[in-house]
Amino acid sequence: MLSFLFRRILIALPTILLISIFVFALQKILPGDPLLVLAGEERDPETLAFLREKYRLNDPIWMQYLAWVGNALQGDLGISLRTNQPVTELMAQKLPVTIQLAVMSMIFALVIGIPAGILSAVKKGTATDYVANIVALSGLSIPNFWLGIMLILLVSVKWQLLPASGYVPLSEDFWLSIKTMLMPSFVLGTALAATLMRHTRSSMLTVLSADYVRTARAKGLVERVVILKHALRNALTPIVTLTALLFGELVAGAVLTEQIFTIPGFGKLVVDAVFNRDYAVVQGIVLVTAVGFIFMNLFADAMYYVLNPRLRGQ
Amino acid sequence: MSHLKTAMITALLSATALTASPLMAKDLRIALQSDADVLDPDQSRTFVGRIVYASLCDKLVDITPDLEIIPQLATSWTTSDDGTSITMDLREGVVFHDGTPFNAEAVAANIERSQTMDESRRKSELKSITSTEVTGEYQIKLNLAGADATLLAQLADRAGMMVSPTAAAAAGADFGLNPVCSGPFSFTERVAQDKIVLTKFGDYWNADAINFDSVTFLPIPDTTVRLANLQSGDIDMLERLAATDLGQAEADANIVVDSAVSLGYQGITFNIANGEKGDNPWGNDKRLRQALSYAIDREAINQVVFEGAFAAGNQSFPPTSPWYNADFPVPARDVEKAKALLAEAGYADGIDLEVQVPNTTVPLQLMQVVQSMASDVGINMTITSKEFATLLADQSAGDYTASQIGWSGRVDPDGNNHQFVTTDGGINDSKFSDPKVDELMNAARTAPTVAERKALYDEAMVIMLDELPRLFLYHQKWIWAYNDSMKGFTPYPDGMIRLEGVTWEE
Amino acid sequence: MTDAAVNQALNADPVLAATPENRVWKKFKRHKSAMVGGFLVAFFVIIALAAPILPIPDPSATDWGAVRKAPSWAHWMGTDEIGRDVMSRMIWGAQASLLAGVMSVGIALMLGVPLGIVAGYFGGWTDAVISRCTEALLAAPFLILAIALAAFLGPSLTNAMIAIGISATPIFIRLTRGQVINVKSEDYVDSALAIGLPTPKILSRYILPNVLPPILVQATLTIATAIIAEASLSFLGLGQQPPAPSWGSMLNTAKNFLNQAPWMAMWPGISIFLVVLGFNLLGDGLRDALDPREH
Repeated sequence: MLSFLFRRILIALPTILLISIFVFALQKILPGDPLLVLAGEERDPETLAFLREKYRLNDPIWMQYLAWVGNALQGDLGISLRTNQPVTELMAQKLPVTIQLAVMSMIFALVIGIPAGILSAVKKGTATDYVANIVALSGLSIPNFWLGIMLILLVSVKWQLLPASGYVPLSEDFWLSIKTMLMPSFVLGTALAATLMRHTRSSMLTVLSADYVRTARAKGLVERVVILKHALRNALTPIVTLTALLFGELVAGAVLTEQIFTIPGFGKLVVDAVFNRDYAVVQGIVLVTAVGFIFMNLFADAMYYVLNPRLRGQ
Repeated sequence: MSHLKTAMITALLSATALTASPLMAKDLRIALQSDADVLDPDQSRTFVGRIVYASLCDKLVDITPDLEIIPQLATSWTTSDDGTSITMDLREGVVFHDGTPFNAEAVAANIERSQTMDESRRKSELKSITSTEVTGEYQIKLNLAGADATLLAQLADRAGMMVSPTAAAAAGADFGLNPVCSGPFSFTERVAQDKIVLTKFGDYWNADAINFDSVTFLPIPDTTVRLANLQSGDIDMLERLAATDLGQAEADANIVVDSAVSLGYQGITFNIANGEKGDNPWGNDKRLRQALSYAIDREAINQVVFEGAFAAGNQSFPPTSPWYNADFPVPARDVEKAKALLAEAGYADGIDLEVQVPNTTVPLQLMQVVQSMASDVGINMTITSKEFATLLADQSAGDYTASQIGWSGRVDPDGNNHQFVTTDGGINDSKFSDPKVDELMNAARTAPTVAERKALYDEAMVIMLDELPRLFLYHQKWIWAYNDSMKGFTPYPDGMIRLEGVTWEE
Repeated sequence: MTDAAVNQALNADPVLAATPENRVWKKFKRHKSAMVGGFLVAFFVIIALAAPILPIPDPSATDWGAVRKAPSWAHWMGTDEIGRDVMSRMIWGAQASLLAGVMSVGIALMLGVPLGIVAGYFGGWTDAVISRCTEALLAAPFLILAIALAAFLGPSLTNAMIAIGISATPIFIRLTRGQVINVKSEDYVDSALAIGLPTPKILSRYILPNVLPPILVQATLTIATAIIAEASLSFLGLGQQPPAPSWGSMLNTAKNFLNQAPWMAMWPGISIFLVVLGFNLLGDGLRDALDPREH
């Protein structure tokens, strides 16, 4: 197992290097001068020239890259050109927000997706299956920013049930925190629920036609026990690994939802940074998210390995 | 400077504070359109940053809603006869949030910081100050290179905001991470794109006029969500209500809507002589620019895009401004004249025009309306929408023909004109150059009386309206919407939220 | 027996008449939801193609007097913020959205499939390099990638398509590569090699046709994702720019008028939903139809 992991980490290293180069290259690709943008209405050429020197924007790109990598390895990802705040500090502030959103969305997805998938598999071919499939696909097909806006209109403005935006840390006010995150995580969760449901369904179908299930049925066990005790455990294996991967996607992909519900998470931060040409922030976030995603993949692979003894022989 | 007026205003403020009934402790929540940038008055460049400073940092002088200069940290001032020095008496008993006393030394340190710190953006605003002399513990003399009528107005904005010299010396350029000023509220915490929290400063010199325990600023860019938050009570006040949301806000019994015409403008800037692209029909022939101006129905734009809430405009000041040249009111649409001008210029069969526009809702909507109007006279307008970052860069580099851009406006009329139309102006992206305009603009900076300055600006406006390097379209109105429990709020044309005398009664 | 007679006999017999292609089509037809998907997609494609000849007003025709009017006989879906007919913009917008979906996937296929084949077939260093680059691109969040690229290229529909296409390429590289590795070990490839066929012929005649089915399925599903991605980019201001209509940019403008003119947001939202649902159902149906394991 260890050698397996070690090999995978070794392979991941050049990928991480490539990501860092690509992300840094964005600087040269994106048109527009970050200082000009940030200068807004106050364009003093002297000050701008000084700032360009200070942030080493005049250095050749490879030099800037090496400086950045060197700093990154020491834990310094530069500072935001806009607020002068260190990028690492910015990310540390946003991380709990994004993770809370991701966890709550995942809970929605699991609670809706897995039972729906099981139901659909068990009642395969019937109207229930058909309807469940359509509903799942609908969840996938609705543009989540549209769903978000509609929900705000109905739930916050018309019915005044939940706050329309913002973020409250869990530590500050638990229930308010949950309430603010409820709509956004529902929006994100329904999309994921669809994917989960379909994978659960197909996984359950494979398992339900397996020999050991037929044996269980032949033994005369009640159907519910067959499903829950024997089939489910084996069907869940690929689901677990899928969940780990989806988690990674959630963290990065909540961009639009965060914009609409004004949640100060990673997604909003990076989009605003792209528009403001706040390179250091974009680089820092994409790098960290990508590295996180790669480790999630590794973790998923490891879990798969652990849960499925048949793989260990390899 | 009317001392009677000053006295009346001060009396009014204190009276409000004295007669106010004992109010509940209230934490005020205000929603902003965007997140502020760095919280250092010397480095800051955003409009919303100034809104935060209105509660965080006191300035030497402030303004009234009629744009008159009144005391804040400076209690009175006299200008020498030749205009080359200003002596200011400072308020006693003022202390910074970290306990450092406010005095003439502090002012001198502040001016030096604004003028010499490398990252400072305030250098050009204080250029006329050659040196400062501390003539008493609470008296400072500013020596100027020459008469400067714009200086006091600059001191009513970021250049005049006083930061604690001790904190500034310690933090240097990182001051913005933990700003220390002397305003009614002190800095407590900031989470980027989430909130900026300020807490009431107990030792504020005018603490009685402040009726809130804390102020939290929340950036909420989406106008619908911002209003939704106000309607649900999650925030108490918002700035820049969208004109199209006016109906909904006014229909809500719990919401009060207040507005003030802004000091700025929105319009189209033409590339007259900036780089190669400046050599195009639109940059070379003013008749084409005039034709476009006549093709546009500014009142209709105001109606269609802003529901009549904003103000149509044709000069760099709104029609309600004292600096507006009344000889040239907002022109009505004149399709015939526009066509005649085009024909005269040799384009009777029509002409193309490419306008770059920031890719956000309002500018796009505005320009689509203009596009439609222009097509009626034969001007075939193409809208190239660009991200704001790219647009600014292209405009500055001269890589454009026409650009839809605005200006948030400054108290002093110089701020709306000088840098845009003088030959070496720092924001003169059209590279318009007219020696007569240069002469008038520079003279207006030093003219001793308001009447004389107005005459100079009027004369300059005649030329600008003829040449049209900037084609003005409208003036935004700052529209605030707030919970009706909030009383005593006064709208100011600079868009700032001043909390002195504002109370909360449930 | 003559050929015609043989054919007739073959066609008459149900077992012998079941050629692989027939089998797929029959399975597809039985899959009701896939047919629904197919109809949805066909409906929007037809509307999009027929836009120029339908009796609808000019989508750019403004009308100051009819700003944000509710649906009525004059304007079946109401008017938008500067008086244009929403239904007309919806129909023309269908062109933009469908084009965005199809072209983006087209780009992704053109770039991704050849790279995937090369990586899967040749293995070794080629594979290592291509795979690492693919993983690097996949690790960056899809929408962020698209946003950054669109910002670089400038806001326009074409650039949005390129941005989305490039962002979706790694998916196809990985999928194709996986399929090629599976197919590579099949007997018919071995025999082709044994005969001495040149590589390009092996790739085009043996590898490609056998890896196509799952790629087709993925392509259909990715069209759905691409349409939403274009709407998302337009929502952020980076896709099709006004005055040209596109559902995403219509939604972007509509979000400011939710209370005054909710119909402006309803129609584009529903249409995006239906088209995307259609492609998803279609893709599902294709996957089930092409899956040899199903009964």
